[in-house]
Amino acid sequence: MYKIVRKKELNSSVTLMDIEAPFVAKKAKAGQFIIFRVDEMGERVPLTIAGYDREAGTVTIIFQKVGFSTNALGALNEGDYIRDFVGPLGKPTPVEGKKKVCVVGGGVGCAIALPSARGFKEAGAEVTVIVGFRNKDIVILEEEFKEVADHFIMMTDDGSYGRHGLVTQPLQELLEQGEQFDEVLAIGPVPMMKFVCKTTEPFGVHTSVSLNPIMIDGTGMCGGCRVTVGGETKFACVDGPEFDGHKVDFAELMSRNGTYREREAEVNNTHTCRIESMGKALIQ
Amino acid sequence: MANMTLTKTPMPEQDPKVRARNFKEVTLGYTPEMAIEEANRCLGCKNPKCVEGCPVNVRIPEFIKKVQEGDFKAAYEIIASTNALPALSGRVCPQETQCECKCVRGIKGEPVAIGRLERFVADWYLENVNEIPKKVEPNGVKVAVVGSGPAGLTCASDLAKMGYQVTIFEALHTAGGVLVYGIPEFRLPKAIVANEVTKLEAQGVEVMTNMVIGRVLTIDELFEMGYKAVFVGSGAGLPMFMNIPGEALKGVMSANEYLTRTNLMKAYTEEADTPVIQSKAVAVVGGGNVAMDAARCAMRLGAENVYIVYRRGEAEMPARLEEQHHAKEEGIQFKTLCNPVEILGDETGRVCGIKCIRMELGEPDASGRRRPIAIPGSEFVLDVDTVIMSLGTSPNPLIRSTTPGLDTNRKGCLIVDENEMTTREGVFAGGDAVTGAATVILAMGAGKKGAAAIHEFLQK
Repeated sequence: MYKIVRKKELNSSVTLMDIEAPFVAKKAKAGQFIIFRVDEMGERVPLTIAGYDREAGTVTIIFQKVGFSTNALGALNEGDYIRDFVGPLGKPTPVEGKKKVCVVGGGVGCAIALPSARGFKEAGAEVTVIVGFRNKDIVILEEEFKEVADHFIMMTDDGSYGRHGLVTQPLQELLEQGEQFDEVLAIGPVPMMKFVCKTTEPFGVHTSVSLNPIMIDGTGMCGGCRVTVGGETKFACVDGPEFDGHKVDFAELMSRNGTYREREAEVNNTHTCRIESMGKALIQ
Repeated sequence: MANMTLTKTPMPEQDPKVRARNFKEVTLGYTPEMAIEEANRCLGCKNPKCVEGCPVNVRIPEFIKKVQEGDFKAAYEIIASTNALPALSGRVCPQETQCECKCVRGIKGEPVAIGRLERFVADWYLENVNEIPKKVEPNGVKVAVVGSGPAGLTCASDLAKMGYQVTIFEALHTAGGVLVYGIPEFRLPKAIVANEVTKLEAQGVEVMTNMVIGRVLTIDELFEMGYKAVFVGSGAGLPMFMNIPGEALKGVMSANEYLTRTNLMKAYTEEADTPVIQSKAVAVVGGGNVAMDAARCAMRLGAENVYIVYRRGEAEMPARLEEQHHAKEEGIQFKTLCNPVEILGDETGRVCGIKCIRMELGEPDASGRRRPIAIPGSEFVLDVDTVIMSLGTSPNPLIRSTTPGLDTNRKGCLIVDENEMTTREGVFAGGDAVTGAATVILAMGAGKKGAAAIHEFLQK
């Protein structure tokens, strides 16, 4: 069992938690992920690590309550325990040896872009951060990004905060102005990552994307997370989660991510909470 | 007076039509009367060949004699003296190629049903005695076991009996390895595996789940933590695909994924949160035991048509005859001498068919089996909405890639010497991590040998 030692709502749908997991905290690096399971009948859900405190033995996760399991996790409080928490899985972001880096975060993806941005900064790179949100209400981690970024650009889709527009706009401008990035790292919704890659491709800037496909074990065993990269089948859990974005088959990834969408919609419509049904059974 | 019946005493089974739609155990086991009747078929050979056929050398005629006498507890103790997991091996061992194929009764008629008797004795003990083993006086020496499958569990059990302080590191959230994620409930009830783990814990073995060795801790760090030897029983978990067009479609998955969702994540129950695809027609590609397990799970999950697609003939199928037989009884359709060339998808990216080509058998290849050759122009399409690839697995590279000095062969299998020691001093290995995908009992044998070798190594 793993204790939730801190919980903070970052916005109406995004939650931060510090989980007590000393072994994971000791080894975690930016770019790696964990898998959690709320309870005995829970799913295994992968989440990229948002931070860690090696001394305190805690790992920070930031998640959006989008599906059944993230909602179940979000319903827990400080002092509660979750059944399983395994990691660190996958390969870390290769932060070493870069002079100029641009980190692009979209929505809740910013949560995992932050430790990588910090990693690049600590490794000596000049870091530009571009983050994008739908609107002002869901902006997260602004102060934290400002701390690590040499240049910080905030975008909102509706113009309610920062600049009006998509993250690809300032990126395009910077590249056109002749900014020489060694690396662009994009983390966010799949369409966003795809368009960041499209933006950088004509400029020949190496662009990495962090993928979060459907997976079970996270150790290379199920093959559910396979993605096509440069025509080859790769497992996101062990070969990734970061890949060369110019080589990723995004259309296939988006399609595969929808494997259980219909079933999930069905569950959301008809699902009565397990505790509720257990309660009913007890009364009967 | 020996029972000279030429055939084995039949073991009751669930009716195929009924069991094809439930996850309860297929075979129901002998009653004490049946067990004694079958035990009486054993001639008690002075020079028992069956024992030689057993990877863990169970003293077969001795335990069967106790069954004849109705002393099932004594029978159990004889088995347990060399076999840590009899309830498991009695169910999933390929006895027909091991102990039973050496039985003299098999020369004329069927051999003694050694597996069924072993299972009976183990189940009887579990139900009537299930004595929790006593903790041996600890010797204070720490040994790490990586993986809690059949190799790891056996190795840990033997080491604990010698007084070692054993920690098992398991990557998944439940101990048991392939016994819980792979082999389905209807062949091996999970309660049996859980009971074995509980017994190990009673003997002082610490089981740490959610520990992916190679990531959270390296082998070198285990030594730094004071473990004096490490046994790697991490299995062969990496699935293979065919690299044919359409493999990325929704509805194509590895047998590992399908079985893990169904077994480990319990997707067959209402209560589980993990989804499994609801299929109408399923093609399972491959002819091994895992393919049979996947096909039989698909049937139980409600598919109307389930096909085994295998490129060689039925005679060449690596699956146990019993598994093939059970699968057929349950309505699985065998499409042998057929090889997939492409998986077809609809406009939403879901599988809608599998294009296969018919094969014929040529000259024997390196494996000794006749090589399948495609018959040009014989392509046909099977209408399916799910394709499960069961083409075999290879060892996970996580440990070898994070442990300097640990050598592997071309296939990624760890190289060990005659004492199960790898190329790293103090690091031992056994089971599928060494042999590539094989059987539960061979892994148990390797775990046993590994424990003895570790003991010898630590005596020095």
